[in-house]
Amino acid sequence: MSAQPRTQAPFGRRTLTVAERRAVGAYVVLAAEDPDGPLPRAVQFYMLSAARRWGGGADERPFLPRAFSVLRASDDRLEFMLEAVGPGTERLCELEPGDGLDVTGPLGLGFPDPTDDRRALLCGGGVGTAPLAIWQDELLARGEPAPALLGFRDAEHAPGAALLHNARVATDDGSHGHHGLVTDLLADELDSGPAAVVYACGPPPMLEAVRALCAERAVPCQLALEAGMACGFGACFGCVVALRAGGYLRLCVDGPVLDGALLAEVPAH
Amino acid sequence: MTAVDFCGLRLAHPIVNGSGTFDAIAARRAFGDALLEHFPFAAFVSKTITLAPRDGNPPPRLYETPAGLINSIGLPNKGLRGYLEHDLPELAFLPVPLITNVMGSTAAELCTLVEALDERDEVDALELNVSCPNVSTGLDIGADPAELAAVLGEVRPRTTKPLVVKLTPNTADVAAVAQAAQEAGADAVSLINTLRAYAPHPRRVGAAWLGNATGGLSGPAIRAVALAQVRAVSARVAIPVVGMGGVQSGLHAAHMLDAGATLVGVGTESFRDPAAGTRISRELDDLFAKSGDNLG
Repeated sequence: MSAQPRTQAPFGRRTLTVAERRAVGAYVVLAAEDPDGPLPRAVQFYMLSAARRWGGGADERPFLPRAFSVLRASDDRLEFMLEAVGPGTERLCELEPGDGLDVTGPLGLGFPDPTDDRRALLCGGGVGTAPLAIWQDELLARGEPAPALLGFRDAEHAPGAALLHNARVATDDGSHGHHGLVTDLLADELDSGPAAVVYACGPPPMLEAVRALCAERAVPCQLALEAGMACGFGACFGCVVALRAGGYLRLCVDGPVLDGALLAEVPAH
Repeated sequence: MTAVDFCGLRLAHPIVNGSGTFDAIAARRAFGDALLEHFPFAAFVSKTITLAPRDGNPPPRLYETPAGLINSIGLPNKGLRGYLEHDLPELAFLPVPLITNVMGSTAAELCTLVEALDERDEVDALELNVSCPNVSTGLDIGADPAELAAVLGEVRPRTTKPLVVKLTPNTADVAAVAQAAQEAGADAVSLINTLRAYAPHPRRVGAAWLGNATGGLSGPAIRAVALAQVRAVSARVAIPVVGMGGVQSGLHAAHMLDAGATLVGVGTESFRDPAAGTRISRELDDLFAKSGDNLG
């Protein structure tokens, strides 16, 4: 793998204006104008919070910003894929055009390029689809085929697959596409072409299944992980992941994407 | 900007960071030289350095509470040698004085740390984290006035640099501990550290969330407690006090100064906005400009 790219963030939190909110199945895609921010790399993330009424929700939260990898970005606009699962995401999903969205970012490192003539294979689960969309755009623009395999809970969530091009879809309940796990599709793909590098993002059990499958077949994989994160820029030391070799890495400054070979397993949290 | 004298250090304004709430080296990776051009604090306090390297606690390490955060980080650091060799040369680029925070589990460990840092010109002052048990006596060094006085009696002669004692709020009478620190030669005290706290698993009653079960609570949730403790300590000691705990605005900083603090520490708020220190010092300036001595 080549050295991972990082676009540095402007120093400090800035307030963007929400330009659009649209439903994609069970998800919300939130777009905000960011005329002064730099273009992020694929899988870089932003710390997001609502400029107003951030707090006072369920259990008197949220308090801290929430980390989201960017779904797509252009010169003056950022898009994020959200699912309301707690007090922070619920508030973010309520935001409407004209509302303020506080952001710090882009943060973290981007995906490293494929090397050794291996083809990129994208593998996502649920809201973890987001960083694969911007990455697929970039790979396709370079003329590299970047097939996507996406797993969702059910048909209500499966429309998230439309955010990528030509994705093969699996659902847990079989209500859309392949009935089973996205790693079933990944095993198929690796059967037909093992000279691949897998880029994966999704819930921890899925990432662990991807890691184990790739390790078994000696296929390199880049895993975009998630962990509870207070700051996003290395200050809080909260978002650590245990390494196979011992010790920890902070996902915010040394990730969020890690080479699967660094991990003995993907942590369940 | 209101310049402040703190233990002989001339600071451009009264806002500093709480130890362990800002990693200037990591932040420079994320934000580049813009960090140095707009450095948010008038002095930089390092995270706690221990004699031996520490990996820190097993995750999860964070838990969001109403208006606050429980952390159980476990003081990960490269150890004294790693700090001297790798971190100090990078921290020397900061445009503000450097206060290095150290912790030892015995007086002898603290003496070694303080002596080694005393030799380094890059370090302008030292802060002792005494929120830990003395493994020799089994007592929390910072929880008991006599224990703290005994440890400080050994450590104080090892440096001529200003020595700040970071007090723990997890004690019966923090003012008595502060007084003991003053009598044993501390040049300043800082408070409050985090309040001991427990985070239940959000989905499994009976289970702990944090990898280390208990942690420390910070953020606006503890601001009222911090103000009471800073007032009590300021009333008891003559040495400067660094007040911190839940400060999010210039008005909160003014309340901390009014409680008797000379400097104000910003911690958890920097997690929400890395440039919070800059905003808070500007708001504080505006308040002074509007109201003179009357902070209203």
